[in-house]
Amino acid sequence: MSVDRDTVRRIARLARIALDESRVEPMVNELNNILAWCRQLQAVDIEGVPPLTSVVAQQLKMRDDVVTEGGAVEALMANAPEAEAHFFVVPKVVE
Amino acid sequence: MTLPASPLDFTVAEARDALRAKAISSAELTKSFVQAIADARPLNAFVTETPERALDMAEASDARLAHGEGGALEGLPLAIKDLFCTKGVRTTAGSRILENFVPPYESTVTRNLWDAGAVLLGKTNMDEFAMGSSNETSYFKPVTNPWRARGSNQALVPGGSSGGSACAVSGQLCLAATGTDTGGSIRQPAAVSGIVGMKPTYGRCSRWGIIAFASSLDQAGPMTRTVRDAAILLKVMASVDPKDSTSVERPVPDYEAALGTGVKGLRVGIPKEYRIEGASPDVDALWAKGVEWLKGQGAQIVDVSLPHTKAALPAYYIVAPAEASSNLARYDGVRYGHRAAHPHDVTELYERSRAEGFGAEVRRRILIGTYVLSAGYYDAYYTRAQKIRSLIARDFAEAFEKCDVLLTPSTPGPAFALGEKTADPVSMYLNDVFTVTVNLAGLPAISVPAGLTASGLPLGLQVIGRTFDEEAVLRAGHAIETAAAFGAKPDKWWSAA
Repeated sequence: MSVDRDTVRRIARLARIALDESRVEPMVNELNNILAWCRQLQAVDIEGVPPLTSVVAQQLKMRDDVVTEGGAVEALMANAPEAEAHFFVVPKVVE
Repeated sequence: MTLPASPLDFTVAEARDALRAKAISSAELTKSFVQAIADARPLNAFVTETPERALDMAEASDARLAHGEGGALEGLPLAIKDLFCTKGVRTTAGSRILENFVPPYESTVTRNLWDAGAVLLGKTNMDEFAMGSSNETSYFKPVTNPWRARGSNQALVPGGSSGGSACAVSGQLCLAATGTDTGGSIRQPAAVSGIVGMKPTYGRCSRWGIIAFASSLDQAGPMTRTVRDAAILLKVMASVDPKDSTSVERPVPDYEAALGTGVKGLRVGIPKEYRIEGASPDVDALWAKGVEWLKGQGAQIVDVSLPHTKAALPAYYIVAPAEASSNLARYDGVRYGHRAAHPHDVTELYERSRAEGFGAEVRRRILIGTYVLSAGYYDAYYTRAQKIRSLIARDFAEAFEKCDVLLTPSTPGPAFALGEKTADPVSMYLNDVFTVTVNLAGLPAISVPAGLTASGLPLGLQVIGRTFDEEAVLRAGHAIETAAAFGAKPDKWWSAA
């Protein structure tokens, strides 16, 4: 399995990372080098092995369904690159 | 009490005792380190220095100490990896995308440190989003290792991703520092910088407020000059935290007390798969010495096998990027972080903000992660890697039926030159070959400085323990430290003098 130009363009789109057309071919090579190295995993016998989902056996914790904090609008907005009247500003989404 | 000649030479334990005995004030101690940091700017260990805050905190500590009050770390100046959110102090994760991010909250680990009286000297440089083994992926430029090969002026990397913290501890710019370890990011830089670095069991330190890289692997830990200091810091950093659902409900033991018990009768496993081609001969020689040191103190040496070791690194480079691609989806240029100028629509806002905000290695890993999680490839890559993770955890469980701890090298070689491994990502990844298995299985491990190569560069030995058996790891680490009597320090070539 290896990636081609179209696959790289598609995953860049899925990841929402702009990729210059001039960067597509180098990225194809970089990703294929890494994937080729990962291919040694195909030789490992995984028959009947469950995937590991948690390294420490523990019941998922439950907490009471109550408000623990809030009223922090200023703090939440403090790092916004563009804000107006406690709203985050984005380019027009609906024409 | 005999005190070191310079406050910069203090260990955490010595400084703690000197402060309590009023032989020195926190303000004096803090000023010494503030000056040392200013003198060491060529090393680029810090992204943000906080000298004023440090002196305020030190004076508050001195006031508490004067009343016979104070916490376990009262008045002790520390450096914090720039991955821990610190309220009101810029936190960048080494990335342009968070260049101006000032958290409105405090991470649990740093909250624990300040509650115990510690003093913040500044935030340390790191590989961008902790992705790297040399600190060269930082948006804020690389860090230079205080160590140089004998007779050489060549700049070496401090390891990574906690390279700034390793440099700050090794160069005596702080008493101790925090790091985080996802695949070796505490232990590998500690080893190549001649200091102690410990990654506790997954779930021991809260991840709340630590900027996420790969959530099933990330753990915080101490980076210090001695094993005792690591025990002292870990006791404070570790806690049970309702804000982190993976924080484990177990009381935090007194790790320092474990150091006194020695290694007599401790069964130490030697995994044959850690003898690899391409490792420096100095590494194998040091490992053999480590075996003799532990045997000499009454430990019992056992040969063990971890058959899936070779699969760990490629499995890691599927699991970690997959989790990273999901975690880093939050950086969208809208709520915080870098935002591209004049986007035409919202998709372009996301795509350009992220392309401009993330560096090459982070973009590469996000794309790998997106690919291995995408439809049609998920089972072939991600599910397979997670199954291999089960096999690696099983290997360790079987080995720990025959032994109490494992002894291995920490890295395949000493610090390398800046730029030496940046062209080939896979050669960079191989630095983590001895450390990454531990993260995949969630185990505790420590790297202890144990010797120098023929050219005079530090190397470490790693002790790996059972889940939540940090005490055995610290005991064995302490035994190695005692026998190795490392004591070497880098020349302070960076001081203008």
